Amino acid sequence: MKSLEELKKIREEAIKNVDLRQEREGTRIVVGMATCGISAGARPVLMAMVEEANKRNLTDVKINQTGCIGMCSLEPIVEIYRPGEEKVTYVNMTPEKARKVIAEHIVNGKIVDEYTVGSVQK
Amino acid sequence: MNIYRSHVLICGGTGCASSRSDKIEEKFNEVLLDKELDKEIQVIRTGCFGLCEAGPIVIVYPEGAFYSHIKIEDVPEIVEEHLLKGRIVKSKLFKESFDNEKIKSVNEVDFYKKQKRLALKNCGVINPEDITEYIAMDGYLALGKALTEMTPQDVIEVIKDSGLRGRGGGGFSSGLKWQFTANAEGDEKYILCNADEGDPGAFMDRSILEGDPHAVIEAMALAGYAIGAKQGYVYVRAEYPIAVDRLQIAIDQARSKGLLGKNIFGTDFEFDMEIRLGAGAFVCGEETALIASIEGERGMPRPKPPFPANKGLWGKPTLINNVETYANVPLIILKGAEWFRSIGTEKSPGTKVFALGGKINNTGLVEIPMGTSLKEVIYDIGGGIPEGKAFKAVQTGGPSGGCLTSDFIDTPIDFDSLTALGSMMGSGGMIVMDEDNCMVDIARFFLDFTVEESCGKCPPCRIGTKRMLEILEKITEGNGEPEDLDRLERLAENIKTSALCGLGQTAPNPVLSTLKYFRDEYEAHVHEKRCPAGACKSLLAYTIDEEKCKGCTLCAKACPVDAIEGERKENHIIHQDKCIKCGACLDKCPFGAVLLA
Repeated sequence: MKSLEELKKIREEAIKNVDLRQEREGTRIVVGMATCGISAGARPVLMAMVEEANKRNLTDVKINQTGCIGMCSLEPIVEIYRPGEEKVTYVNMTPEKARKVIAEHIVNGKIVDEYTVGSVQK
Repeated sequence: MNIYRSHVLICGGTGCASSRSDKIEEKFNEVLLDKELDKEIQVIRTGCFGLCEAGPIVIVYPEGAFYSHIKIEDVPEIVEEHLLKGRIVKSKLFKESFDNEKIKSVNEVDFYKKQKRLALKNCGVINPEDITEYIAMDGYLALGKALTEMTPQDVIEVIKDSGLRGRGGGGFSSGLKWQFTANAEGDEKYILCNADEGDPGAFMDRSILEGDPHAVIEAMALAGYAIGAKQGYVYVRAEYPIAVDRLQIAIDQARSKGLLGKNIFGTDFEFDMEIRLGAGAFVCGEETALIASIEGERGMPRPKPPFPANKGLWGKPTLINNVETYANVPLIILKGAEWFRSIGTEKSPGTKVFALGGKINNTGLVEIPMGTSLKEVIYDIGGGIPEGKAFKAVQTGGPSGGCLTSDFIDTPIDFDSLTALGSMMGSGGMIVMDEDNCMVDIARFFLDFTVEESCGKCPPCRIGTKRMLEILEKITEGNGEPEDLDRLERLAENIKTSALCGLGQTAPNPVLSTLKYFRDEYEAHVHEKRCPAGACKSLLAYTIDEEKCKGCTLCAKACPVDAIEGERKENHIIHQDKCIKCGACLDKCPFGAVLLA
């Protein structure tokens, strides 16, 4: 170890690996992972969200999985809970859409209307 | 670096490891590979979570789902349901985690919620065999800060201001100890870590070494910088194989990262350390005996002064602190003395780890702010006494401590309040006793331990504790005489004032405190030849109730020494001269006719 900066650099990298185990408040992303979700491709969606959140150092985001949300034909489904806002439900998700949701909705705060359950069911 | 969506933390502390948590880890890896989840989910073996009663423990993040009593067979279900489909397996959760249809995460469970974890902050959270996880938790930041921004005296001042006191038993000011060693004349100085944890039932030092070994390494390097030492030794019991392994791995990793060795953080400071194994002698937890043992001598104490701060290892100035004390040091340097003083009480700042055992629901390791009451520890964190039995006493401080009764259950726990009551903080053993425990027998148990472990150097301890034990055995066997209680007290006071080391001086404490608070029990043994708790076998008599006995002969058949006589369908009797009081008849009788009094 040559300097404090070197230690801090190692720390920055390492933090991403243990961050999952910290308590945190903030945005909660829930991916439906029942049989219906998995067969529609929920796992790559979940992994894409985890990777994207990590890449962007989003430390106040918690990505959970859940069971069947109930609209199996619209799986993979992703729900976003942000404190003080209404729940947003995204449907027919793909890894690409998932990355866009992180970038637009989570980072910039703009809901991606075209992917939400409301616009699909119109 | 691979990013995982979920972490499965498996306890690898000694408790869970002995219930084969390693096999559970293997199974998780096997099933995850089979389901092709191995790239998404990481399995990590951590140190002790503390709630050993619920082991083997598995915690799944990000949910913080707290699975308890996990068996190998449970693994496929947890993977299939929870990790694949996102449904927490409620039936396998810790009992309190699933309450009123609501799932609580591990941090919301009472056992953890009421604790304040400083020394144990990384135990059960990080992988102790991966230095980068320690660094992620601000590890080695304190060392970096001290080496680059503080003078050695600055470090000592922070420790002094923090009011940190030795967690190994005595409660002496750590800052003063550091100052004395820094001031001592000598070109060579040493840093020692006392990890010779010997109190029966205490295992906090083991857990820290197993769960967060780098905290101790960092603290020893800090101490080396503060007092001007280049070499450290950790004296650890050979009976702690997991702790020894993990500490060695941690030392090697710290060396390879340049956190031990020369020019640490680009400064002139150099520090390295080695492990020395103890052979399991209780007395080697006494600092001068420990030093003798490291030097290759027989582990026996010597009179003090000179104190190790002036003449320690190889006759050089030596700083010796215990594991838990060191574990607090990096945090204090990082967060400051003010922060540390804000926790705990004025005279005893910070927290203390206790090994909670005996008649208690949540057996395990708990870390609480000083000043927490015994009641909160036993009932709120410990979950109370099993089977609804009545609380009788709590023993703190192991063989050097004493028993406290229910009258003192609201006592705030700190160094001084426990000493004032005739007990002691000690290394932090806390054994809860209920109505079935005989206090004379408890005193006898601890004295038996001390006699066994006495090094034999000084007569008060070698001969005196043996005589005390003989008197206690006499009393528990029903041969006690009225003068025995006075004899016990006189012996105890003499040993206290004349024994050579701390272990001998405190050895009479279990007897003195039980004599003080439970004299009536001693008297019942001596005068009435009766054990009120029903624990001293020699004072018990099994008899058969004529009214209830149906003459079924089951008891007579169960008796291993043919002490029961009686014809079929007639009353049976127990011959007291033959009876060995094994209790087999009581267990066998279907009519409740065998009585114990």
